[in-house]
Amino acid sequence: MTSLSRTTPGGSVSIEKVTATGKLGQRLMDLGLYPGLRVSVIRNSPLEDPMEIEINGYFLSLRHEEAAYVKVS
Amino acid sequence: MLKSAEMASQKRLIALAGQPNCGKSTVFNAITGASQHVANYPGVTVEKLSGSYSINGTRIEIVDLPGTYSLTSFSPEEKVSRDFILHDKPETIINVADAASIKRSLYLTFQLLEMETPVILDLNMMDVAVKNGMTIDCNGLEQALGTPVIPTAIKRGEGKQDLIKAIEDSLASGIHSNFKVDYGPMEPSIQAIAAEITAAAGSFSYPLRWLAIKLMEGDLEVEKRLSQTLPDSGRILALAEAERNRFRQNHDESPEKHIAYARYREADRLNRLFVHQKPRTGKSLTDRIDRFVCHKFLGPVILALIVYALYNLSIVQGYKITNYTWPLLARLRDFTEWIMPDPGFITEPMIRALALWFVDSVNALLNYVPIFFILFSLIAILEDSGYMPRMAFILDRLLARFGLHGQSTLPMVLGGVYVGGCAVPAIMSTKGIPDEKARFATMMIIPMLNCLAKIPLYILIINIYFADHKSLLMVFIATITLMLALPVAKILTLTVLKNKPSEPFIMELPTYHLPTISGVLKRALDRIWMFLKKIVTIVAAVAVVLFALLQFPGLTDERKTWYDTQAEIALATFHQKMVKTAFGGALTTPDAAMELILFADRYKGARMGSDKAAMEKINTRFKSENPAFYAITTGKGGPEAKTAKRTLKQLSQTRKKLLRGIKLEKIQNSFLGKFGRTLEPVTQWAGFNWRVNIALLSSFAAKESTVATLGVLYQQEAGTENQSLEKRMEQGEKGFTQLHALALLLMMALFPPCVATMITLKIQSGSVKMMLISFGYQSLLGFLVASSVFTISSLLGLTGLQAMFGFWFLALLLAITVGSINPKNNITTLKELS
Repeated sequence: MTSLSRTTPGGSVSIEKVTATGKLGQRLMDLGLYPGLRVSVIRNSPLEDPMEIEINGYFLSLRHEEAAYVKVS
Repeated sequence: MLKSAEMASQKRLIALAGQPNCGKSTVFNAITGASQHVANYPGVTVEKLSGSYSINGTRIEIVDLPGTYSLTSFSPEEKVSRDFILHDKPETIINVADAASIKRSLYLTFQLLEMETPVILDLNMMDVAVKNGMTIDCNGLEQALGTPVIPTAIKRGEGKQDLIKAIEDSLASGIHSNFKVDYGPMEPSIQAIAAEITAAAGSFSYPLRWLAIKLMEGDLEVEKRLSQTLPDSGRILALAEAERNRFRQNHDESPEKHIAYARYREADRLNRLFVHQKPRTGKSLTDRIDRFVCHKFLGPVILALIVYALYNLSIVQGYKITNYTWPLLARLRDFTEWIMPDPGFITEPMIRALALWFVDSVNALLNYVPIFFILFSLIAILEDSGYMPRMAFILDRLLARFGLHGQSTLPMVLGGVYVGGCAVPAIMSTKGIPDEKARFATMMIIPMLNCLAKIPLYILIINIYFADHKSLLMVFIATITLMLALPVAKILTLTVLKNKPSEPFIMELPTYHLPTISGVLKRALDRIWMFLKKIVTIVAAVAVVLFALLQFPGLTDERKTWYDTQAEIALATFHQKMVKTAFGGALTTPDAAMELILFADRYKGARMGSDKAAMEKINTRFKSENPAFYAITTGKGGPEAKTAKRTLKQLSQTRKKLLRGIKLEKIQNSFLGKFGRTLEPVTQWAGFNWRVNIALLSSFAAKESTVATLGVLYQQEAGTENQSLEKRMEQGEKGFTQLHALALLLMMALFPPCVATMITLKIQSGSVKMMLISFGYQSLLGFLVASSVFTISSLLGLTGLQAMFGFWFLALLLAITVGSINPKNNITTLKELS
């Protein structure tokens, strides 16, 4: 198990657990990140941060510090 | 009979809810048409949009709730949406959902259904979903949810009638669905809490199951509300706490996450049952576009090109349009002049002076309307197309270093990151920044950027003192403001704004849409209207105050008598000369002289900009009105008329000189003028004398006023008629060096916002304190920078250019240093509950 922030663009991973709580945890849930979901890692921003992912056919952008709270395999 | 009459006058309330980017506003516009009303929800800066329509004599009011993914109490938008449903009790909620991402949309739908209000699920943008290879069994979904499901593509006008029919049916039946998400192992806890609430309260105005679920989620807002309304709430809260702990221990998952995941699992189940997705072939269009737009090298280039186009089209081209619209505003001024009482020889009726001042102040702002129209239209295109979040995606890292947010880009572009913007729309556009800390920081630094109205002064000063290095100086100004604004933003977030909540950055990068012309125009016109309503009225009020500060106490009696004597002498001389001509008979009284002057002014005004044919007509008209005045004014009709014309010219020149003198003395004598002098001992450190002080003080009404005020302060000397202000200022301030000029440029660049900006700041931040802080820090910073640059450079004996380069590198160093400060990251605060 690693975290989403350590994945490289082009790959596809599966969410194991979301460890963030509070606001960030809520936001991640609201935007549809839940255990068992397939995530495609699309690209990093030109300045390397934030990153872009695809879930369920839509695209999300999140900072690496936020992605660190999403454990994937 | 009575009943139907009652029905007819009754207003039915419904609400529109949906996640961001679901096309909710298109649905709202389609249903309500033109009748819309914008207000704020009480106590917060969240906008409340409502509209209405009539059907069969019944008035239906729709409130457009803010777009939210969920209905927790984490953001003000979600809170107001939730409170509105609970307290205002709309009879039906239209839940607009993006059909293409139905799974995520259902997450919100379930929460709405739990609130036990009738819900209509509008699967919007169905056309896009179909194009993506989706087929949705709407009937099946309707059966499963127990609530109407209406497929629409409102943008193409499809399904609007079905939706209106569904609203009508729902209002008639008033039935809400009994659909329940199964929370599995948590169900016993939910039922136990619900039972406890029933036991304590008998009946409660909130939906019972919803309340129990919220308590299991640990929703602080609901807990607070409960303890305020129920005296017996202690036991309920204790039970909920115990159940939450028990659940956490038994299932190794926080209750709120379990609830969210259960909703997604349910959405997933329905999705598998009723939605069929053809396997995708290749990448979506959005992804293919993003390959360029978010590309490592191309992305920033495209961004720069878009920003450049935005500038060029609105500021540069829009400014050209004002050449055509300005005459219209000038006509408004002429009209005002015409309806006001005529001026005397050297006196001006107060009402006339005030009216003209008022019109001038408002015109200065109205002149920007064409620029704003282009600007707002282009921004609406960027917003509707979906490019805006990409802009944030590309620049977030850079801006985040200074406590800002990727989405601060647009407000900064509008405010004039390079040269020429306007702080008013810029501050209005900060509304889109979700992170409160970054939003406030952005708002606070925007006035430091280079708005359009600062430019005339820049140009004036640069033309006089840096004529050989014009473009260098413009680049200096554009870069120095940014290099100072960014560190200021960082410092503000570390101090004044320290306690403002931060938001996670995570956001959706929506699919690209082709904006519609009507959508773009509507948004642009709405914003212009808002600008006109809010700003022009306020600026008008402030203009009146400033007028008083510049007018009173006025001339001393002694000076008044002196001017009166001068006027009498001038008039007497005029008469003496005129009596000798054939026109003496028409000009015996002082009033007649004044009438002649006004006649000549009117004649000149009428001829301005007329072509030859029109000129003929004007001549005939004036000639028939008063042949003698006409002859004097034009000098046509023999040598006598020529002499008379010359005499008239002398008289009106003397009059102008006297009027200018009076104006100058009035300003010097005025409250503002005295204040400018009082400040001199302090401002001398920045090299400013009282004239400059007055000009800077007058810039509060509108920055353009600075140059206009300088124009009055540097009078035309006798014999140097029609010299440019550049020449006059140069001669008027012989002691001024490039250092004085540099200090003035820096002061103007960093100087406090104009009144319109301050009011906008107050409205957007909802706080007078923020407005005052913005005013205070900018006054201080502007003055400190100007005086230290001036004083230190004077001591070191630097030239203007040396001082400029020196300061530029210092500012660069400051920006880099501050940018690399990395405070203990705010991610820790994100973890805490709200």
